[in-house]
Amino acid sequence: MTSDKFISIEGIAKRYEGTRSTTIFENLWLGMARGEFVCVIGHSGCGKTTVLNILAGLDAPSEGVVVVDGQAIEGPSLDRAVIFQSHALLPWRTVLGNVAYAVSSKWRKWDRAKVKAHALKYIELVGLAGSEHKRPSELSGGMKQRVGIARALSITPKIMLMDEPFSALDALTRGTLQDEVRRICVETGQTVFMITHDVDEAIYLADKIVLMTNGPGAVLAEIVENPLPKDRLRGDLHRHPLYYALRNHIIDFLVSRSKTFVAETPDHDPRKVPVVKIGRTEPTIVASKPADSDAPQAAAR
Amino acid sequence: MTTSLRLRAAVVSIVLLAVFLGAWHIATRSTGAAANMSPEYAKLMGMTATQGKSAMPGPLDVGAKLWEHLKRPFYDNGPNDKGLGIQLAYSIGRVMLGYLIAVAIAIPLGFLIGMSPLISKALDPFIQILKPISPLAWMPLALYTIKDSSLSAIFVIFICSVWPMLINTAFGVASVRKEWINVARTLEVGNFRRAFTVILPAAAPTILTGMRISIGIAWLVIVAAEMLVGGTGIGYFVWNEWNNLSITNVIIAILLIGVVGMVLDQLLARVSRLVTFPE
Repeated sequence: MTSDKFISIEGIAKRYEGTRSTTIFENLWLGMARGEFVCVIGHSGCGKTTVLNILAGLDAPSEGVVVVDGQAIEGPSLDRAVIFQSHALLPWRTVLGNVAYAVSSKWRKWDRAKVKAHALKYIELVGLAGSEHKRPSELSGGMKQRVGIARALSITPKIMLMDEPFSALDALTRGTLQDEVRRICVETGQTVFMITHDVDEAIYLADKIVLMTNGPGAVLAEIVENPLPKDRLRGDLHRHPLYYALRNHIIDFLVSRSKTFVAETPDHDPRKVPVVKIGRTEPTIVASKPADSDAPQAAAR
Repeated sequence: MTTSLRLRAAVVSIVLLAVFLGAWHIATRSTGAAANMSPEYAKLMGMTATQGKSAMPGPLDVGAKLWEHLKRPFYDNGPNDKGLGIQLAYSIGRVMLGYLIAVAIAIPLGFLIGMSPLISKALDPFIQILKPISPLAWMPLALYTIKDSSLSAIFVIFICSVWPMLINTAFGVASVRKEWINVARTLEVGNFRRAFTVILPAAAPTILTGMRISIGIAWLVIVAAEMLVGGTGIGYFVWNEWNNLSITNVIIAILLIGVVGMVLDQLLARVSRLVTFPE
């Protein structure tokens, strides 16, 4: 049923066995098309990072499989690059050294010069030309994360997995890096799975926003299709007629429905997560009412 | 600012040294001729009795003797009279040999312990019991089994320097940040390459700290070991000069033991700075 999907998460579960075993999530299904940018939003502890780690192959699900490009994931792969929240640069290597480490891991037979040239190309792409001989400790937080992005891109992965990549950055740097990531991903048609806490980040970057309820026992509640045009600009986002409807729908979910969703929706089918299309009607109600009112929710449906 | 601080510290150091040497000199100087003593008796008693000279040598005596030693450090007049350079070379040679064997065993084994929780748990009781044993307690067993006093001393150096390195290596390897390991895993870096490109550089500062502790302990222990096994080495020299009642030479040996220990420590501190990375 999901064979047409590029990535297909099929009924995965994660449980921690112990004196009292906890189920972080179970029976989780999600499909992603090639070139799609998917953001997952949910509160801390709902298992977002676990889903990402399973996709990366760093963690194994207790049940179920993830199929990528027709093959079940059996471990980490160079086809799936991870951008870590804490940048995870090797501090004893320079910027170039960090990127070259990835490049030479992917293409083991390349000689030094070829690895260097390839690494430099990606360092330049993220706007760090001239800093390639600096060590991570000499870089600002934003620059470190740029190196992390260059490292992930340099191995030309089929999928990029990002675990709250910008959450440790200040607002200004975050904005710039979001612009860069958006530009690069749109240009290269990259398939991206990203975890975030930031609603505006999700709206700006994602094609689809997956809403996850609170754990333990978290479920994927809705897949919200982003109604904003593909060529959206940061400055024009809030002028789009559906922007507030979309934003309030997500905030409403995070504030209240993420807690109550499971109890209120007993007939929720995890294999057919409802796709929500934010309607074109009544975009104005949301602007005048607080986010926790029922109105945006109703408007959204 | 820092230069001026260093300058001031150096001045204070020199003043302290001068005060110490002055006090030492005054405490041990001659107090003038002691009166009323038959010449034979005076001859028998030596300067201590006749001139009120302290049996403890003064700084000038030690300085003169030290200069004599430094002028000819490598003379060899038979088993009981060798230059200080030769004695120190024997001691350093033994320490290096025992220490290098310890490095060769402790670092790979520490890697294994750090990587494998099973081995770590399995070996832990042995390490906990063996670690607090005074290295000299091994000496009789070493002498009995190895049947060579010099090799026994090397064994004792090995056994005392192996633990800090083993424990630090295991700790350093076990506490390599998970995210660095994950970077290597997502890049499909094999176990062998991962050990050398991620784990070793990440654990290197901790390993070097262990090596630095070990060389300090090894140098402490060699003096005691050589006092026991005898023959050559700075420890033997100290004990031999004590038997000769040459306190001057004992003081010189103490000073040199301190200097060599400091040099060994500083050498490893240098290496340690090379592998340390700022985060």
